[in-house]
Formats: sequence, C-alpha cells, structure tokens
Amino acid sequence: MARVEIANAGVDPGGPAAPGGGAGRTAPVGAVPVLRRAAAALTGDTWPGFLVRRTGRLSASLGVVVTASFAMIHLIPGDPVRAALGIAADPAQVAARRHDLGLDRPLPAQYGSFLANLFHGRLGDSIVSQMPVSQIISDRLPATLQLVIPAVLLILLAGIPIGMLAAVLTRDGRRRRGELAFAATTGILAALPEFLLAVGLVAVFAVWWQLFPVAGQSDLSSYVLPVLSLTVVPAASLSRVVRVEALRVLREDYMRTARAKRLPARLVYLRHALPNLLTSSLTIGGLLFTSLLAGTVLVENVFAWPGLGSTIVQAITTKDYPLVQGVVLVYGAAALLITFAVDVAVAAIDPRSTVRGT
Amino acid sequence: MAATTVRGVVSAEPPESFARRLRQSLRTPIGAAALAAALLLAALAVAGPVVFGDQASKIDTSAMNQGVSGAHLLGTDSLGRDIAARVIVATRLTLRLGLSATAIGLVGGLLLGLAPSVLGRRAGRAVTGVVGVLVAFPGLLFVLFLATIFGIGSTGAVLAIGLALVPTLARLIQNLATSVAGSDYVATARILGVGRFRIVVRHVLPNIVEPVVLFAAQAATGSLIAFAGLSFLGLGVQSPDYDWGRLLNEGLSRIYVNPASALAPGVAVVLAGLVFALLGEAVAQTGGRRTAARAVPAARTPVAMNADGGLAQTPADVDGDALAQLTHLRVSFPGGRTAVRDVSLSVAAGEAVGLVGESGSGKSLTALALAHLVPYPGHVQGVVRFDGHDLLADPRSGRRLGAELAMVFQDPMTSLNPALRVGRQLAEVSEVHLGQSRKAALARAVDRLAAVGIPDPERRARQRPHEYSGGMRQRAFIGMGLMAEPRLIIADEPTTALDVTVQKQVLELLGRVRADSGAALLLISHDLGVVAEVCDRVLVMYAGRVVEELPVSRLFQGAAHPYTRALIGAIPTMTTDLDRELATIPGRPPEPGEEISGCAFATRCAFARDRCRGELPVLAPAAGGAGHRVACWYPRAGDGGTVTDDTDTDDTDTGITRAESEAVA
Repeated sequence: MARVEIANAGVDPGGPAAPGGGAGRTAPVGAVPVLRRAAAALTGDTWPGFLVRRTGRLSASLGVVVTASFAMIHLIPGDPVRAALGIAADPAQVAARRHDLGLDRPLPAQYGSFLANLFHGRLGDSIVSQMPVSQIISDRLPATLQLVIPAVLLILLAGIPIGMLAAVLTRDGRRRRGELAFAATTGILAALPEFLLAVGLVAVFAVWWQLFPVAGQSDLSSYVLPVLSLTVVPAASLSRVVRVEALRVLREDYMRTARAKRLPARLVYLRHALPNLLTSSLTIGGLLFTSLLAGTVLVENVFAWPGLGSTIVQAITTKDYPLVQGVVLVYGAAALLITFAVDVAVAAIDPRSTVRGT
Repeated sequence: MAATTVRGVVSAEPPESFARRLRQSLRTPIGAAALAAALLLAALAVAGPVVFGDQASKIDTSAMNQGVSGAHLLGTDSLGRDIAARVIVATRLTLRLGLSATAIGLVGGLLLGLAPSVLGRRAGRAVTGVVGVLVAFPGLLFVLFLATIFGIGSTGAVLAIGLALVPTLARLIQNLATSVAGSDYVATARILGVGRFRIVVRHVLPNIVEPVVLFAAQAATGSLIAFAGLSFLGLGVQSPDYDWGRLLNEGLSRIYVNPASALAPGVAVVLAGLVFALLGEAVAQTGGRRTAARAVPAARTPVAMNADGGLAQTPADVDGDALAQLTHLRVSFPGGRTAVRDVSLSVAAGEAVGLVGESGSGKSLTALALAHLVPYPGHVQGVVRFDGHDLLADPRSGRRLGAELAMVFQDPMTSLNPALRVGRQLAEVSEVHLGQSRKAALARAVDRLAAVGIPDPERRARQRPHEYSGGMRQRAFIGMGLMAEPRLIIADEPTTALDVTVQKQVLELLGRVRADSGAALLLISHDLGVVAEVCDRVLVMYAGRVVEELPVSRLFQGAAHPYTRALIGAIPTMTTDLDRELATIPGRPPEPGEEISGCAFATRCAFARDRCRGELPVLAPAAGGAGHRVACWYPRAGDGGTVTDDTDTDDTDTGITRAESEAVA
C-alpha cells in the first residue's frame, strides 16, 4: 500500500502523501536530508525519478548509436575509401579523399571532431555525390515521414477498434468460429513480411486492376499502396494484442460493475474498458512502430519511393559510407525516441504503470 | 505462452521426456503437418538442383520474358530461363543461408544469454545491459549496419543476419536462465558448492532446451524473411547465384510483363516461413501438453449478460406484493452443469432477506439472476420479475434496474474501475439514468460520498480507486448504489474481503442506508452471524436449491433442516472450547453436474434414510409456524438434535455439533 501511495504522490500533488512530505517536516532542514530526499526521489517509484532514469537510459542508448555509426567506417575490413573509389583509383586521389574524410588523423581526434560536427548538425559529405549528408537527409526525410505518419495513424485507427470489436464479439467463448476466423486471418496477415505484401498489392491493385501506380511518388493515389503495405501487418498484430488485452479487461470485476449500472454499451466499452487496455496495448504498439521504421526501408525499395529507406540501400550499394553513417544515425535515434515517447506516454496515462519500476 | 513455458521449465524434469513428448506431438494434426511440410521442403532442397538444375540455368534466347504458359509454368526471365525451375532450385541456397544465419544467432544468443549466469555479478550485469541496449534497435536496421561492415554478398549477409539475431535470442535465453537459476534445486546445487559453469551445463541448459528450440524455429522464420529482404534489396546473394529474394528482385522489375515471376518467389518465402512456424508450433504444443496435463482446469469467471429467455412463465406464481420475485429459477451452463435448480424467492418492498449457503451453493448466481446479470454462457430459465416487469421476457426493462436496483459486490478492490476517478464512476449513474448534467451529477456524487461517511468528499471524488482503502472503496461502492433511488440493494458477500473492524462499519452503513432510503435488501453471505444481525428473513441454499426458509427470529432456536443446524453449529463463538477442533460438516457438497435423485444433503446427513436418498424433498411448511418452510423428509424439531420421529437420536459422532446459538445472536 505504501508503495502505491508514494506512486500517486508524483502524479497527484494533492494526494495523501506529498513527496517526502512526512520526512521533510520532522527532519532538520539541511544538506543531508535534502540530498537523501533527492536521491530517494530519483531512485524511488516517483514521476520525476522515472523521467530522470528513463532520460538517462535514452542518453546512454543514443551514445551507443552515435559511437556505433562512428565506428562503422573503421570496422570495415580494408580501406573503405579505396573500396568506394575502386581498385583502379589514383593513389593520390585516395589519399586526398582520406584526408578530406579525416581518416588520416588519430582515432580519438576523429571521434572528437565527429561529435563536434554532429553537435553542429554536420554529418560530412557524400563520397558519391559530394553533397552534404545532412542536406541529402533533409531532402529525403519528408518522403519517408509522409509514409510513416499516415501509417501510424491508420494502424492505431484500425488495430484498436478491430481488436476491441473482436473481443466484444468473442468474449467468454461466444462465436467460437468467428474467433477462429479472426485468429487465422490476423495471424496470417501479421506474419506476412511487409515487402512481400507490397509486391502482392502491386500485382493485384497496380498491375491487374490498374487502380494505383506501380511505383514512384506522385499524386495522392501513389501513396495508397505504400501506406497500405506499411499498415496491414502492424495493424493485424496490434488488433491481436488489443483483443487479448480487451478479453482480460472484460473479465474484470469492474466491468461487471459497469454492466450492473446498466450503462449503454458505448460507455461500457469506451469509457470503462478502453482506458484499461490502452496502456498495455501502447507498450506493444511502441515495438510495432520501431519495426515500422525498418519496414519503410523495404517498402520504399518496392515502390522506388524517394525516401531515406531507398537512400540507405543505394548508399550501401555504392559504398557511400558517410551517407550510410548519417542515415543509420537518423534511424537509430528515431527508434530510440519512439520507444522513449511510448514509455513516457504509458507512464503518464497509467499512474500504476509497471513501466516506471524499470 | 512464455509464462507457461517458463513455469514448465522451473518444475524440472529430465530432458529425455522432451524427446518423447516431441514424438507424441508430432502425431497430432499440427505436428504431423509440420513434419510432412518440413520433409517436403528438405526433399526440394536436396533434389531440386539435381532434377531442375539444367532447366533453371538453360539460356534460351528464343523464349525471353515470356508469360505463364504450358511449357513454362511461371514464364521465363530476361535470358529465357524457366522461372518455376529457378524457384525450386533456389530452395537449397535459400535454406542453407537462412539456417546458417540462424545457427550463428543461436550460438551467439546462447553464449550471451548464459554469460550472466556464468560470469560474476558485475560482468553479468554489463552483458545484460549491452543486450538491453541492442534489443531496442529494429532488427533490419541492425542487419543493414552489419551488412555495410561485412560487405555486400552472401557471406556478409549471413554474418549480418546471424549477428542481428543475437540480441533478441540472448534476451530470451537470459530470461529463461534467470528463472531456472532462481529455482530451488539450483540454489541447492549452489549451496553444495557446485561451480557456476557446471550449474549452467548440468542444470540450466537441459531445462531450457524446449523453449530454446521454439525460439530457434521462430528465428529461422525471421532469418529466412530477412535474407529474402536483403537479397531483394540487392545486398544479399549476388548474381549469378540466386535465392528467393534475388528472384523476387528480378521478378519485380518485370511485374508488368509477368506478375507470376514476382509473386512465386514471394509465395515460396511465405510458405517456407510457415513450415518453420508450424514446427515451432509443434514444439510449443509439446510444452503446452506438459503444463496442460498438470494444470487444474481453471474455473472461468465470465461476466457477460445473458439476454435470452427461459421457460414459459406460470402466472399462478406471481406474487403481487413482491418487489422482486424469482419463480422456478434454473441457471445452467453448457456441459450439464446446473448451478441453480428450481429456486423461488421473493423480496417485499423494504424487506431485508438473507441468502446463505456455502461456496458453490448457487446463492450468488441466484442473486445475479435477479439482477439480470448471469454471466455468459449461463442459461436462465424460470420467471424473474422486478416491480412487476418480467425481465426475461422483456430484456429492455432491464434498463430501469440501473436506477432502482443497486448492487454491492464482494471485492471492493477489483469492483471499481482503476482508470476512472471515483466521482466520475458515481456521477455516470445519475447522468445515464436520471438525465442529470455532468456538473449536477458530480455534485450529487460528492453528496453521496459524504452520505456514506467518506471524509473530504470533494477531494476524494477526484481520486482514483487505488488511492482509497478497502473499506472506503466499499463505502464508495454503496454510495454508487445511492446515486439514483434504489428500491432493492443486492449485496453479494459485501464484507467478506474486508477486515473485521471494517466489516462492522460497512454493515452499519448498509443498515443506515436502508433506514434512510426504505430500500429492500437481499444479502448474500456464508456468515449466519452477519445475516442474523441485518435480515428479517433467511433462505438457506444447498446444492442449487433452497432447503429452508425461516424468519431470522427462529434461525438459532427453530431451524428444522439438518444442514441449517449444521451451519449454525459450525459457528465458533466466545464459548467455543478452543482446545477442541472447530466443528465442520463432514463430506463435500455435490458437484454442479452431478445428478442426484434424492436429497442432495443425504450423503452428509446423519439422519438420512432410504427415502432421503431416493426421493427429492420439496419445500413445505414446517411445524414451526408462519413463514417457516423446509425441504426435508425428517425435519428436526426443538432446540437441538431431537428428531420428530423415533430414529437414532445420537448425533455426538456425526460431526454436527449442537447449536450454540444464543451467544451468536
């Protein structure tokens, strides 16, 4: 109980136990109790403590991403510049390029200037096109976001209602056949690789029925198939998760209470069930969103979409390492930020969230 | 699944039985299908290149880029090679690469996953931390990163995909190893001085084989798809070699000419992935079989409403004065379980009726039937009337119950919605049923909270239930019933989950609420003391039937049914001899599915005779007087164990002790 009370204190300042309230009043005000209280706030099960710890973990992970993208160019066996320019390249040209990239300097100095440049938003120049990497990324990022944002919205708007509806219709063993059909359909859809689905969609909707363009970014109709390819698989997974969570919630005593109050079905499900299944569904949703980032790489290549995903593949193929470095950095940071945002959102929605203990 | 697997793991069993169970589950439909599909896939991989190799590599300039035809089932590619043959031939390379990557991932995952168990605490924590960071990255990005380092081509792709599998597998194996390492027998081994390495090899590893096989099957599916993706992107297998991903890449550029050339390799990837998934499923079944064999069939607690009607009603049974009335109520569940058999009861306006019986006697379901809340798939037959309306015939009339019928449930800790503020949960009742505005409803909620004795109700209304104590939640719950104008309160074990001092306060509150509102009360309890304190009339239920109905004043002196007497005798009082064992009723109540021809209590009754075992006693007026009915062929009379006829009166060794009733009342 005490644990719970302390947990509230962070969320609801008017709660029975204000943070450190009791201890503060009796202990003499001095440096030691203040520090102890601060330490307790950071390590304990409190809202600021959670934020501090979670931000610390985010920074550490971002550090790993930055270091890994820096290290990548040094981990490549052989000389990356020679590999990029080809065996026939003029040695003087190779040396000059090495110098341009700073590869002839000592490793710690390279790391230092890498971090300094990163701080100023400079990611070096592309070996192939000589353009600044940051420029290429800011040119290509919007096209990727134009796929990701509608996809995320559609996943939520389809996955949650479908999952809840399935749960309501099949609760307590009703409609066994319907349950089987739902499990089979969503199971197959959720197991499909996005890019294979994309190829299938192209064959059916673009080649046979010719409803949408096969590839490329043009008018609105060109968005339909790529967004759909990114949406279907995660939406199917999410609806499965939501259904299981909703079935759990529907068995809870408080749902019987809601029925005993003879509330309209709309209130029973939307007001009483939905908030209780949202947090756990969101936690899993976070994983779906990070894997969506990876999905864009393949889907963009199926549709020749001029986004970051096709950029990184071209860069790897042409051994344009500074560009690979930059895009890896953007993708890695995006994945970490999504996970962070979902964790914070879950902790904010649900004051009893277990996420906070971790 | 994970949880059951882990549980299965902790209860250590020799690993030999895994192989046996695996053989068993391969005989099930899924297992057999998995085995057959895996064998077919293996046959294609082995024989495919031998049989179709020539056809797949034969360049035919006269048949370039052809569509589907009789000669070329899936058409031809840009060099006139047969695509169907190429898809079949590619099976071998695809599987070899995918399985190699899986092997790398599995070895790496086992090494990193078991490292924390072998290394010291600090090093172990470092490994766990690194794995934790790596797991956060989407697999494909990791693969691309590694593919850049290892270079484009089959070897680089195998390394990249294999290493990218490591963090996820390591995390799963870590979790398994930790759960096994926490078990008693590992602790014992550690105390006995067995080294860490030996513990891992001897105790941990054999116990996690089963889930690890499952993970490996999933990883194989994953790496197959990842490989297809990488080759499709042009970063995996390079020409002139080809796997399914490469064929997909080539096919996509010709999708206008011949969609089949793009679809066929894609379908091949999906089907092969399905085979691995099936194998994993078969292995998971093996684990499931073990736990399933052990698990006690869990009693489901469904909570849905059942709207379908029952038998034709018998108007003769309608009691005009009753506020709520059940007539010939029968609640049954599929599979022949009948929880309530032919129960009739009525509650008059303002009356307090107690319904007692042990767990499983059907008292709660009777109450739920009265409230029209019997959980699915329960089937309700009989007549349920509230204020003259037949609830089963007209389910819409149930709506008025929201305002006029208040329920109080057993466990206040779980009966309030944890996500909503308490004030909101109260307010919605009068919003929905009395049409009050949000603001007015909230004001009423604060007023009701004050009425049930919640201090500082304004602030408390804004809090969520987890900020309330158990007693306060039950008060708030009662307050919720008072939001409208309740005419009947059904309280199902309202004090069972509370501690003794709080129980008394809640009972007092119920009494006060009743006095203030004039509502009738149906109190369900297994505690005769509580019922005697609050109620006017008592119904005793046993095995789904009412066995006795009597005024509370006669409960302790005039109970006529041996079961009622036994219940009374089982109440410990201040005068109970603490050195003697507490009185219990020997035997057990019948299962809900059991069909009993006579009296259900006969097997536990000391006074039972042949007639009791053969003929069902019906509820009939007892000798005691008005309002006293009993369902017993040989009802007891007087203040004790004397019988109305001349049978054996010696009940000292029956386990049914005499009522020590005065002290209770």
